[in-house]
Amino acid sequence: MSMLVTEEDEKKQEIIRAKGEGKELTKEEKQRLRKEKKQHKKNKKDDRGPPEKEKEKASVPAPSKPATQSPAHKAAPVPVNASASESPVAAEKPAKSKAELRADRRARQDSERASKPGKKEVGQQSTSSKPKATPSELQPVVKRLPEHVQVDDPAALKKLAKKLERQQVPLRSDYGYKVSLFSHLHQYSRKNPPTQQISIPVTAIHPSIVRLGLQYSQGIIAGSNARSVALLHAFKQVIQDYSTPPNEELSRDLVNKLSPYISFLSQCRPLSASMGNAIKYIKKEISNIPNQCKEEEAKRRLQECIDSYINEKIILASQAISKYAIEKISDGDVILVYGCSSLVNHILCEAFEKQRKFRVIVVDSRPRLEGREALRRLVKKGIRCTYVLISALSYILPEVSKVFLGAHALLANGYVMSRVGTSQIALVAKAYNVPVLVCCETYKFCERVQTDSFVSNELDDPDDLIVTRNGKTHLENWQTVKSLGLLNLVYDVTPPDFVDLVITDLGMIPCTSVPVVLRVKNVDQ
Amino acid sequence: MELQAVLMAAGGGSRMMDLTYNTPKPLLPVGNKPLIWYPLNLLERVGFEEVIVITTKEVQKALSTDQRMKTDVKMRLDVVCIQEDADMGTADALRHIQQKIKTDILVVSCDLITDVALHEVVDLFRAHNATLSMLMSKVHEFTETVPGQKGKKKAGEQRDFVGVDVTGKRLLFMANEADLDEGLVLRKSIMRKHPRMLIKTGLLDAHLYCLKRSVVDFLVHNKSVTSIRGELVPYLVRKQFSKSLNSKTATEDTERNQKQQDADHNLELLSTSKDEALVQLARERSCWNDHRGDMSEAYHGGKLRCYVHIMEEGMCYRVNTLAAYIEANRVVPKLFEEPPIHPTAAVSERSLVGSDSIIGPFCQISDKTSIKRSNVGTSSIIKEKVKITNSIIMNGVTIEEGCNIQGSVICNNAVIGRGADMKYCLVGSGQRIEPETERTNEVIVGSDQLMEI
Repeated sequence: MSMLVTEEDEKKQEIIRAKGEGKELTKEEKQRLRKEKKQHKKNKKDDRGPPEKEKEKASVPAPSKPATQSPAHKAAPVPVNASASESPVAAEKPAKSKAELRADRRARQDSERASKPGKKEVGQQSTSSKPKATPSELQPVVKRLPEHVQVDDPAALKKLAKKLERQQVPLRSDYGYKVSLFSHLHQYSRKNPPTQQISIPVTAIHPSIVRLGLQYSQGIIAGSNARSVALLHAFKQVIQDYSTPPNEELSRDLVNKLSPYISFLSQCRPLSASMGNAIKYIKKEISNIPNQCKEEEAKRRLQECIDSYINEKIILASQAISKYAIEKISDGDVILVYGCSSLVNHILCEAFEKQRKFRVIVVDSRPRLEGREALRRLVKKGIRCTYVLISALSYILPEVSKVFLGAHALLANGYVMSRVGTSQIALVAKAYNVPVLVCCETYKFCERVQTDSFVSNELDDPDDLIVTRNGKTHLENWQTVKSLGLLNLVYDVTPPDFVDLVITDLGMIPCTSVPVVLRVKNVDQ
Repeated sequence: MELQAVLMAAGGGSRMMDLTYNTPKPLLPVGNKPLIWYPLNLLERVGFEEVIVITTKEVQKALSTDQRMKTDVKMRLDVVCIQEDADMGTADALRHIQQKIKTDILVVSCDLITDVALHEVVDLFRAHNATLSMLMSKVHEFTETVPGQKGKKKAGEQRDFVGVDVTGKRLLFMANEADLDEGLVLRKSIMRKHPRMLIKTGLLDAHLYCLKRSVVDFLVHNKSVTSIRGELVPYLVRKQFSKSLNSKTATEDTERNQKQQDADHNLELLSTSKDEALVQLARERSCWNDHRGDMSEAYHGGKLRCYVHIMEEGMCYRVNTLAAYIEANRVVPKLFEEPPIHPTAAVSERSLVGSDSIIGPFCQISDKTSIKRSNVGTSSIIKEKVKITNSIIMNGVTIEEGCNIQGSVICNNAVIGRGADMKYCLVGSGQRIEPETERTNEVIVGSDQLMEI
């Protein structure tokens, strides 16, 4: 359909955009194309409109609805594709006869819709009343891109700057030259902390959120689970110190109060999928507080919700996952782990306590060298460990019997998003026919779909790659060399073909069952 | 609220009595602004809206009457007066205002002139949930000749030994040379936890501290601590590695003084928050550690942490000696955006005022006067044919014709007689110098002040 044509056009234009042309140009083109399309559709509809008009006038007595309601409501039932596109076009036409036509058509539409489930109409109305008229029939096909993957788009940046200014959150500027493939992502430096422009003492943002943001940006709290727990802890303190202003509802005001905090945290470090899910949960819980509830009672309830969320989704989930995973560990196993995943470490420690005989190979990579921390924890427990860098992977793999990997998020198409290097491990393990088991709690399941590591990723501080050996720091002045870029990626995606099993708190599922779990979760909520 | 600012302005300036016997230290003019203006300006620039100022009645009166202070300083000043002769240490002062303190505090001394990015110090305090976070700076050698200095500067100024870890941020050891009898004693527990320690001696303590609220409560229970810098800070630094911070074992220890135990208890208990379990869980799940090489978790499981931010570059002066005072006067005018010559000053056309000099309001500079590299204070009268080089003239000074003033400090309301020649002298407050005198490298103060040691 012509709808898809515009999408392709958009994609082409986006590629052109990467060269640095202003987005305004392409936006105008898009709008022009949309208008043309609508005109075309409208002409078709007009032909059909008048002949039906006579029929309508006799049957349906519903003239009051038309003019008062927005023109968006005139989605004609027959040419369903044209529904949303007609709304802005209709807005341009002030002629009364058209309004009558609309009224007739709507009346007809309503009567037809009385038989259909009401959900679709609501969806259509809400989507078609959006000024930007996202072309939608059943569901939004083109979602608006989140800001953090549109950094090279000046319009999106301007919007972000305005939003942050409104929320009184300082804008953190990007640092250094970005490799062109990743120029659409933020790249921050630890030398420019997010607190540079905040006043001391902070007034616009709660102090525990500022502390949390600093801990994120300096890497003191790293790891998906740790970040979520710390976030929920900070929210508990925010709720504790919150007092409803007069003439405001706690359920609405508290959610509004949380928005600038979330903006600040995402300026410190892009939010993880687990954090996103936790925030969604909190916002839902807050909105569900009944209005009659007293403030103290509401706060207590929210604190309990947060505690139970952490308990269920993180603590109990890790216990359940250990239980399943331990079944998979047999005596004499050589287990390979990568980096420092809190869940995998927990599993191995539990297995060791349950008297399983195994040894562990910890694979590590620069610049984070998180494997050292994993190594420390495992050795402290008493587990026999070997430590290699990822460059020695193919050397060590013939000895390995299983690979346990942690995940940052599991995407809706079964891809595993994890620390950069994980997909390499999975790939080489597949080549050696070593089973790869991914351990992930269900609260990290994410509805995003990604097949490559470029579209949505995180760029860490490029100066982390600089190392001083024998007193010499060769990359010290890397910024002066125009053709040199330092790239410090944080995440990568592993295709489901390389993953043999995903161990979740719901059980052991294949990678392709992730959408099922997501659907079940949504139905539950 | 996150932080409350406390400005300690009750100190006497015991190391520069010649300057301060008539003027309280916070009101000494530096660059034609009272010394207390500088820390207040620093706090205002970063965003504080109110400050608790602990000072004497004299200073409070001056603050409330000084018009310029009222216009320049927009923050709310909550002035707490203490008796001058009460001999209160800084920690005693904190104890005195304990009721006003509701959150963590930022303690600043009134003699600090710095352009540090304060968020560096406060970020350490926030990010690591530290008990103490302080500011230090590399000591700059003073180049100006100090009046009244006989011979070379004694290198015997008591040194501070500061031990930091590999990152340069965590404070491991702090002692003053005066407290060490024979040598530096390092506890084995510190060496075991931090095998690589850098000990620095050329550092100047800026007397800017971020302290947790629990420290103030601790001070209330321990009345023996009088000075923050002298006693509290070394105590906190030592306590980081103290074994007794395991609350379980303390109850079995019956030999130790109960009060001492309680004191330690207090410090630790008061610093734990309600949701300790969650904080612990987050730290457990996080893959970060502040040190490498041993089997301990982050921070070695210690609850008390002290951090220091060491300024490598930038300006940081503590105006507590004459040499520092002169140096500060030299450097500070470069900070200002105001014009060097105040609009209300009456500067004659035929005088020569160098571009690196500043002239205060309501001055009168007469003809054929040359002023180079000097600061002239408010309402000073400089008559004809005077040559002033490298000097500091405070407020209300009268300099008669034909004087030659070089490298000197002339205090408030002094009168220099006609034709006097002063080289590297310090003229105390209200002194009169006879005409045609020639003085070199002398300190001229009133006879009634001579016994003040």
